[in-house]
Amino acid sequence: MTMKASSRQVNGVTIVDLSGRITLGEGSVILRDTVRDLLSKGNKQIVLNLADVSYIDSSGIGELVSAYTHVRREGGELKLLNLTKKVHDLLQITKLYTVFDIKDDEAAAVAGFSR
Amino acid sequence: MTGNRVSYTLDSSLDSVNQAEESALQFAKNSGFNEDDVQRISMAVREGVVNAVLHGNQYDPNKKVRVSFENSGDAMLIRIADEGAGLDADNIPDPLTPENLMKTSGRGIFLIRTFMDEVKFKSLNPGTEITLIKRVSGSAADAKESSQ
Repeated sequence: MTMKASSRQVNGVTIVDLSGRITLGEGSVILRDTVRDLLSKGNKQIVLNLADVSYIDSSGIGELVSAYTHVRREGGELKLLNLTKKVHDLLQITKLYTVFDIKDDEAAAVAGFSR
Repeated sequence: MTGNRVSYTLDSSLDSVNQAEESALQFAKNSGFNEDDVQRISMAVREGVVNAVLHGNQYDPNKKVRVSFENSGDAMLIRIADEGAGLDADNIPDPLTPENLMKTSGRGIFLIRTFMDEVKFKSLNPGTEITLIKRVSGSAADAKESSQ
Protein backbone atom coordinates (compact mmCIF):
# COMPACT_ATOMS: atom_id res chain seq x y z
CA MET A 1 0.00 0.00 0.00
CA THR A 2 1.50 3.31 -1.06
CA MET A 3 1.36 6.32 1.18
CA LYS A 4 -1.04 9.21 0.73
CA ALA A 5 -0.94 12.63 2.32
CA SER A 6 -3.61 15.31 2.37
CA SER A 7 -3.56 18.60 4.24
CA ARG A 8 -6.29 20.70 5.82
CA GLN A 9 -6.36 23.82 7.97
CA VAL A 10 -7.91 23.95 11.44
CA ASN A 11 -7.64 27.29 13.30
CA GLY A 12 -4.40 28.18 11.55
CA VAL A 13 -2.86 24.77 12.15
CA THR A 14 -2.11 22.42 9.26
CA ILE A 15 -3.27 18.87 9.80
CA VAL A 16 -1.65 16.36 7.46
CA ASP A 17 -3.67 13.17 7.22
CA LEU A 18 -1.30 10.37 6.28
CA SER A 19 -2.30 6.86 5.25
CA GLY A 20 -0.39 3.77 4.19
CA ARG A 21 3.25 2.93 4.88
CA ILE A 22 6.07 5.35 5.68
CA THR A 23 8.98 3.29 4.43
CA LEU A 24 12.20 3.71 2.45
CA GLY A 25 11.31 5.06 -0.97
CA GLU A 26 7.98 6.56 -1.92
CA GLY A 27 6.47 6.81 1.57
CA SER A 28 9.42 8.66 3.05
CA VAL A 29 9.72 10.92 0.01
CA ILE A 30 6.02 11.90 0.15
CA LEU A 31 6.33 12.82 3.83
CA ARG A 32 9.52 14.82 3.18
CA ASP A 33 8.03 16.68 0.22
CA THR A 34 4.78 17.41 2.06
CA VAL A 35 6.54 18.97 5.05
CA ARG A 36 8.94 20.97 2.88
CA ASP A 37 6.05 22.24 0.77
CA LEU A 38 4.13 23.36 3.87
CA LEU A 39 7.16 25.15 5.29
CA SER A 40 7.85 26.89 1.99
CA LYS A 41 4.30 28.28 2.09
CA GLY A 42 4.75 29.54 5.63
CA ASN A 43 2.75 26.81 7.34
CA LYS A 44 4.86 26.16 10.42
CA GLN A 45 2.34 24.71 12.85
CA ILE A 46 1.91 21.16 11.67
CA VAL A 47 0.17 18.06 12.98
CA LEU A 48 0.91 14.72 11.35
CA ASN A 49 -2.16 12.54 11.77
CA LEU A 50 -0.86 8.96 11.73
CA ALA A 51 -4.19 7.24 12.44
CA ASP A 52 -4.14 5.43 9.10
CA VAL A 53 -0.41 4.76 8.94
CA SER A 54 -0.19 1.01 9.11
CA TYR A 55 3.56 0.63 9.13
CA ILE A 56 6.78 2.58 9.57
CA ASP A 57 10.30 1.25 9.02
CA SER A 58 13.60 2.71 10.22
CA SER A 59 13.69 5.01 7.20
CA GLY A 60 10.21 6.28 8.07
CA ILE A 61 11.28 6.88 11.67
CA GLY A 62 14.24 8.83 10.33
CA GLU A 63 11.90 10.86 8.15
CA LEU A 64 9.73 11.75 11.15
CA VAL A 65 12.86 12.89 13.01
CA SER A 66 13.92 14.89 9.96
CA ALA A 67 10.48 16.52 9.71
CA TYR A 68 10.56 17.40 13.41
CA THR A 69 14.01 19.01 13.29
CA HIS A 70 13.28 20.74 9.96
CA VAL A 71 10.08 22.36 11.29
CA ARG A 72 11.78 23.40 14.54
CA ARG A 73 14.69 24.90 12.62
CA GLU A 74 12.20 27.04 10.69
CA GLY A 75 10.74 28.29 13.96
CA GLY A 76 7.68 26.06 13.81
CA GLU A 77 6.21 23.20 15.80
CA LEU A 78 5.31 19.67 14.76
CA LYS A 79 3.08 17.29 16.65
CA LEU A 80 2.10 13.67 16.03
CA LEU A 81 -1.53 12.63 16.33
CA ASN A 82 -3.33 9.29 16.71
CA LEU A 83 -0.49 6.80 16.74
CA THR A 84 -1.40 3.19 16.06
CA LYS A 85 -0.08 0.65 18.56
CA LYS A 86 2.63 -0.46 16.13
CA VAL A 87 3.92 3.07 15.61
CA HIS A 88 3.59 3.87 19.31
CA ASP A 89 5.65 0.78 20.19
CA LEU A 90 8.32 1.67 17.62
CA LEU A 91 8.70 5.17 19.03
CA GLN A 92 8.95 3.70 22.53
CA ILE A 93 11.62 1.20 21.46
CA THR A 94 13.66 3.91 19.75
CA LYS A 95 13.23 6.29 22.74
CA LEU A 96 11.64 8.90 20.49
CA TYR A 97 8.29 8.81 22.24
CA THR A 98 9.39 11.48 24.70
CA VAL A 99 11.01 13.60 21.99
CA PHE A 100 7.91 14.10 19.88
CA ASP A 101 4.86 15.96 21.11
CA ILE A 102 2.28 13.19 20.76
CA LYS A 103 -1.48 13.69 21.05
CA ASP A 104 -4.48 11.43 20.72
CA ASP A 105 -7.06 14.17 20.32
CA GLU A 106 -7.09 16.53 17.34
CA ALA A 107 -8.69 19.46 19.16
CA ALA A 108 -6.13 19.21 21.96
CA ALA A 109 -3.33 19.01 19.43
CA VAL A 110 -4.55 22.17 17.65
CA ALA A 111 -5.10 24.02 20.92
CA GLY A 112 -1.63 23.06 22.09
CA PHE A 113 0.24 25.30 19.64
CA SER A 114 1.75 28.54 20.89
CA ARG A 115 -0.05 31.62 19.57
CA MET B 1 6.69 -26.27 12.59
CA THR B 2 8.03 -28.54 9.90
CA GLY B 3 11.48 -28.20 8.37
CA ASN B 4 11.90 -26.49 4.99
CA ARG B 5 14.07 -23.88 3.31
CA VAL B 6 13.69 -21.30 0.53
CA SER B 7 16.30 -19.00 -0.95
CA TYR B 8 16.24 -16.01 -3.29
CA THR B 9 18.85 -14.08 -5.25
CA LEU B 10 17.67 -10.50 -5.54
CA ASP B 11 18.70 -7.35 -7.37
CA SER B 12 19.97 -4.42 -5.34
CA SER B 13 16.71 -2.51 -5.56
CA LEU B 14 13.80 -1.27 -3.47
CA ASP B 15 11.55 -3.84 -5.13
CA SER B 16 13.77 -6.54 -3.63
CA VAL B 17 13.24 -5.08 -0.17
CA ASN B 18 9.47 -5.30 -0.54
CA GLN B 19 9.68 -8.78 -2.07
CA ALA B 20 11.87 -10.12 0.75
CA GLU B 21 9.61 -8.57 3.38
CA GLU B 22 6.49 -10.14 1.87
CA SER B 23 8.19 -13.54 1.46
CA ALA B 24 9.38 -13.44 5.08
CA LEU B 25 5.88 -12.60 6.25
CA GLN B 26 4.40 -15.59 4.39
CA PHE B 27 7.17 -17.95 5.53
CA ALA B 28 6.79 -16.89 9.16
CA LYS B 29 3.00 -17.29 8.96
CA ASN B 30 3.35 -20.74 7.45
CA SER B 31 5.87 -21.64 10.15
CA GLY B 32 3.25 -21.04 12.83
CA PHE B 33 4.47 -17.81 14.44
CA ASN B 34 1.86 -15.61 16.10
CA GLU B 35 0.82 -12.35 14.46
CA ASP B 36 3.15 -10.15 16.56
CA ASP B 37 6.17 -12.33 15.80
CA VAL B 38 5.27 -12.46 12.10
CA GLN B 39 5.36 -8.64 12.08
CA ARG B 40 8.68 -8.56 13.97
CA ILE B 41 10.25 -11.11 11.62
CA SER B 42 9.07 -9.37 8.45
CA MET B 43 10.26 -6.00 9.74
CA ALA B 44 13.67 -7.42 10.71
CA VAL B 45 14.01 -8.94 7.24
CA ARG B 46 13.01 -5.64 5.66
CA GLU B 47 15.65 -3.79 7.67
CA GLY B 48 18.26 -6.44 6.87
CA VAL B 49 17.63 -6.29 3.14
CA VAL B 50 17.51 -2.46 3.20
CA ASN B 51 20.93 -2.60 4.82
CA ALA B 52 22.22 -5.00 2.17
CA VAL B 53 20.79 -3.04 -0.78
CA LEU B 54 21.53 0.46 0.50
CA HIS B 55 24.68 0.26 2.62
CA GLY B 56 26.15 -3.01 1.38
CA ASN B 57 25.62 -3.09 -2.36
CA GLN B 58 24.77 0.62 -2.62
CA TYR B 59 22.15 -0.09 -5.31
CA ASP B 60 24.89 -1.49 -7.60
CA PRO B 61 23.00 -3.36 -10.37
CA ASN B 62 25.94 -5.77 -10.72
CA LYS B 63 25.70 -6.87 -7.08
CA LYS B 64 23.12 -9.27 -5.71
CA VAL B 65 21.49 -9.86 -2.34
CA ARG B 66 21.01 -13.48 -1.29
CA VAL B 67 18.22 -14.19 1.16
CA SER B 68 17.21 -17.52 2.64
CA PHE B 69 14.57 -18.61 5.14
CA GLU B 70 14.85 -21.90 6.95
CA ASN B 71 12.49 -23.58 9.35
CA SER B 72 14.59 -25.66 11.72
CA GLY B 73 11.65 -27.04 13.65
CA ASP B 74 11.92 -24.82 16.71
CA ALA B 75 13.11 -21.62 15.02
CA MET B 76 13.20 -19.61 11.81
CA LEU B 77 16.69 -18.89 10.50
CA ILE B 78 17.13 -16.04 8.06
CA ARG B 79 20.32 -15.32 6.18
CA ILE B 80 20.85 -12.09 4.24
CA ALA B 81 24.10 -11.63 2.32
CA ASP B 82 25.37 -8.71 0.27
CA GLU B 83 28.44 -8.18 -1.89
CA GLY B 84 29.45 -4.84 -0.45
CA ALA B 85 32.56 -3.49 1.26
CA GLY B 86 31.72 -5.11 4.60
CA LEU B 87 30.24 -4.06 7.90
CA ASP B 88 32.05 -3.49 11.20
CA ALA B 89 29.41 -5.07 13.42
CA ASP B 90 31.32 -4.27 16.62
CA ASN B 91 31.26 -0.55 15.95
CA ILE B 92 27.66 0.15 14.99
CA PRO B 93 26.60 3.35 16.81
CA ASP B 94 23.89 2.98 19.47
CA PRO B 95 20.87 4.97 18.21
CA LEU B 96 19.57 5.41 21.77
CA THR B 97 22.43 7.56 23.05
CA PRO B 98 21.71 11.30 23.34
CA GLU B 99 24.14 12.18 20.54
CA ASN B 100 22.48 9.72 18.14
CA LEU B 101 18.84 9.98 19.21
CA MET B 102 17.91 12.67 16.68
CA LYS B 103 19.87 11.22 13.78
CA THR B 104 17.79 10.46 10.71
CA SER B 105 19.37 7.03 10.11
CA GLY B 106 21.18 4.25 11.95
CA ARG B 107 18.26 2.38 13.53
CA GLY B 108 18.01 -0.63 11.21
CA ILE B 109 20.42 -3.02 12.95
CA PHE B 110 19.08 -1.89 16.33
CA LEU B 111 15.53 -2.84 15.30
CA ILE B 112 16.73 -6.19 13.96
CA ARG B 113 18.43 -6.96 17.27
CA THR B 114 15.32 -5.85 19.16
CA PHE B 115 12.92 -8.03 17.16
CA MET B 116 14.99 -11.20 16.81
CA ASP B 117 16.27 -13.66 19.43
CA GLU B 118 19.74 -13.91 17.97
CA VAL B 119 21.69 -11.94 15.35
CA LYS B 120 25.09 -12.94 13.95
CA PHE B 121 27.36 -11.19 11.48
CA LYS B 122 29.83 -12.93 9.22
CA SER B 123 32.35 -11.29 6.89
CA LEU B 124 32.31 -12.62 3.36
CA ASN B 125 34.78 -11.90 0.62
CA PRO B 126 33.32 -9.59 -0.48
CA GLY B 127 30.32 -8.59 1.61
CA THR B 128 28.54 -9.40 4.83
CA GLU B 129 26.14 -12.13 5.83
CA ILE B 130 23.73 -11.51 8.65
CA THR B 131 21.93 -14.43 10.28
CA LEU B 132 18.71 -13.77 12.17
CA ILE B 133 17.12 -16.36 14.42
CA LYS B 134 13.60 -16.25 15.82
CA ARG B 135 12.48 -19.11 18.03
CA VAL B 136 8.87 -20.19 18.23
CA SER B 137 7.02 -19.00 21.33
CA GLY B 138 8.09 -20.97 24.33
CA SER B 139 11.44 -21.86 22.83
CA ALA B 140 12.45 -18.19 22.96
CA ALA B 141 11.34 -17.78 26.53
CA ASP B 142 13.11 -20.99 27.54
CA ALA B 143 16.30 -19.94 25.80
CA LYS B 144 16.32 -16.48 27.38
CA GLU B 145 15.61 -17.89 30.83
CA SER B 146 18.33 -20.50 30.47
CA SER B 147 20.89 -17.88 29.50
CA GLN B 148 20.22 -15.70 32.53
